[in-house]
Amino acid sequence: MVHADRLAGAALAQKGSKGVPACMACHGANGEGQTASGFPRLAGQPEAYLLKQLQAFAGGQRKNSQMAPIASALDAQQMRDAADYYASLPGWRPQGQTRAPSPQYALGLRLATSGNWSKDVPACFACHGPGGAGVAPHFPALAGQPSVYTRSQMKAWQTATRTNDPQGLMQSVAEKMTDAEFDAVSLYLEHPSLDEKGK
Amino acid sequence: MSHPLKHWFESQKQTRKFHPAWIALAVSATLGVAGIIWVPAELVSRAEAPTAHPPPPPAADNKEMHPADMPTVIEQTPGPARLRGAKTIRVDFSPPADAAMPTDEFGEAVRLGKNIFTDTQTYARGYVGNKLNCVNCHLDAGRKRDSAPLWAAYVMFPAYRDKNKHVNSYEERLAGCFRFSMNGKAPAPDSKEMIALISYSYWLAKGAPTGIALKGRGYPKLADPQQPPDEGRGKLVFEANCALCHGADGQGTQVSGRYVFPPLWGQNSFNGGAGMSQIKNAAAFIHANMPLGKGNTLSEQQAWDVAKYMNSHARPPDPRLAKSS
Ligand code: HEC
Ligand code: HEC
Ligand code: HEC
Ligand code: HEC
Repeated sequence: MVHADRLAGAALAQKGSKGVPACMACHGANGEGQTASGFPRLAGQPEAYLLKQLQAFAGGQRKNSQMAPIASALDAQQMRDAADYYASLPGWRPQGQTRAPSPQYALGLRLATSGNWSKDVPACFACHGPGGAGVAPHFPALAGQPSVYTRSQMKAWQTATRTNDPQGLMQSVAEKMTDAEFDAVSLYLEHPSLDEKGK
Repeated sequence: MSHPLKHWFESQKQTRKFHPAWIALAVSATLGVAGIIWVPAELVSRAEAPTAHPPPPPAADNKEMHPADMPTVIEQTPGPARLRGAKTIRVDFSPPADAAMPTDEFGEAVRLGKNIFTDTQTYARGYVGNKLNCVNCHLDAGRKRDSAPLWAAYVMFPAYRDKNKHVNSYEERLAGCFRFSMNGKAPAPDSKEMIALISYSYWLAKGAPTGIALKGRGYPKLADPQQPPDEGRGKLVFEANCALCHGADGQGTQVSGRYVFPPLWGQNSFNGGAGMSQIKNAAAFIHANMPLGKGNTLSEQQAWDVAKYMNSHARPPDPRLAKSS
């Protein structure tokens, strides 16, 4: 097996290649994603997770009209290069801007750190790691992900349009949650902090 | 047997619908009635205490005994052997929300207790000999039903335990989990750690009737397995359902030095004297609680098999054996 080439991955991200647009056009100059349009953050995600998602878009187990053609145009080597490059970039760090405390943010914090066991929903961080920073190789980081994106993925599991999660773990979380809970936890995860004041 | 049941029993015998299973049903119904009469009236009246939210407790003057009206008793610690086979009524109870935690000095102790319980590695580090936290086996900070929640335990002590053959205080019960599950040593009964854990348990159990088995206590016992638990089958269950989180080698998964997914065997896990090292306890815990968020999805046989596989690995020895050797 050929090794991943991080520099080739960086080139692909910044310039694209034949028939493949530059990833940064949508995923941001440093893989930080775009909050408003909901393009996901890729920087700092586990390499194995990123590679798996590219394969899933190309193979049809994960559906998205923008990513599917791009992933299908990548060869196996390019997928590995891109995954290696984005995994090497720094993950999300709190940037100091504070979030206005609100009941919705507090509900999101509760779901992320304690879950809702009356419906058998574990804390998000029980699987996604403390602070939602991810647990390599299988559990992606959630912290700093655009809320539009997080919400859309929760909905996708609930309606079984994303089905590539191992052991159906995410589906079993999402199917027990309400839309209001999706809103709250997505809002929280865009800028997570450990107290309810949003610091 | 001058009981309405007898008439029912007789009438069933006359009909062609009679089936041998009815006999078993009738016998357990009769046992149940005996239980109701036997249970002290005091228990029933406590179950009706306004602070709890029990479903209507069984009325001792139940006249009609349809098969659907299951015979009922209220379970005590220890369960009297003569009631075995009778269906148990368990009283419903929900612990208070975290937001209701008091802010005074007592609240401080409660909060410390919760911290010790969820992050034992930090808050009771001197008493722990492995890498586990109490919450690993008592989910949702000791609140989750069917994972031996603290509120259901608290109201059942003092109680006699077969494990050490004497009546145990609640402190002694906590000490047991420190010594075996945490492979460590127990804080003294008057230490701040012990006082905090008791305060937390007491607060969670606030308003619960005492001495009565609450719904969700312990790990729900499984029926005897249909086939003897088997390591080989258990290994396959493990690889398909557990390794993702607990690691192919069962050693858990760490993020910057802290375990997100705890180790199931080896030096960092519970010792050979722990409740979890008994296959029946492990199978019961696993069936109700694992994989995380997907409790009650494995078959009972799978739970027995994977428990057998888990406990076939080396772990720290039972300290009671080590001493005598
Ligand atoms: C036209 C915009 C666009 C471009 C260009 C683009 N992506 Fe994407 N990408 C998306 C969108 C939108 C999603 C979210 C898909 C969904 O909602 O399921 C996504 C998702 C992903 C994911 C999954 C992220 C996760 O957290 O699960 C990966 C990995 C990814 N893209 C890699 C790439 C790579 C590598 C490139 C460059 C070769 C690239 N993308 C170029 C729009 C784009
Ligand atoms: C039992 C474990 C578990 C729990 C609890 C859990 N997740 Fe997940 N989650 C996963 C796994 C595994 C994946 C990766 C799926 C894959 O491989 O495609 C995932 C992926 C995700 C993703 C996709 C990330 C991306 O970049 O596309 C989101 C969003 C997510 N989870 C949100 C949540 C939220 C919100 C909660 C809490 C309400 C939560 N998860 C709780 C296991 C879990
Ligand atoms: C490795 C798993 C494990 C860990 C870690 C653990 N326990 Fe336990 N605990 C058990 C088992 C097994 C039982 C017995 C449950 C039963 O009999 O149904 C138990 C029982 C208890 C009970 C009595 C429950 C009842 O209803 O009678 C209390 C109280 C308790 N543990 C407290 C603690 C405390 C405090 C800690 C941390 C210092 C802790 N446990 C750590 C496995 C564990
Ligand atoms: C999605 C991840 C995940 C999966 C899959 C999973 N567990 Fe767990 N398991 C956990 C977490 C997290 C804890 C600790 C719970 C807590 O602290 O709240 C735990 C705790 C345990 C414990 C008690 C603590 C210890 O280390 O002894 C046992 C035993 C256990 N799991 C066995 C299993 C078995 C057997 C399976 C497969 C049938 C399994 N688990 C599948 C995440 C998982």
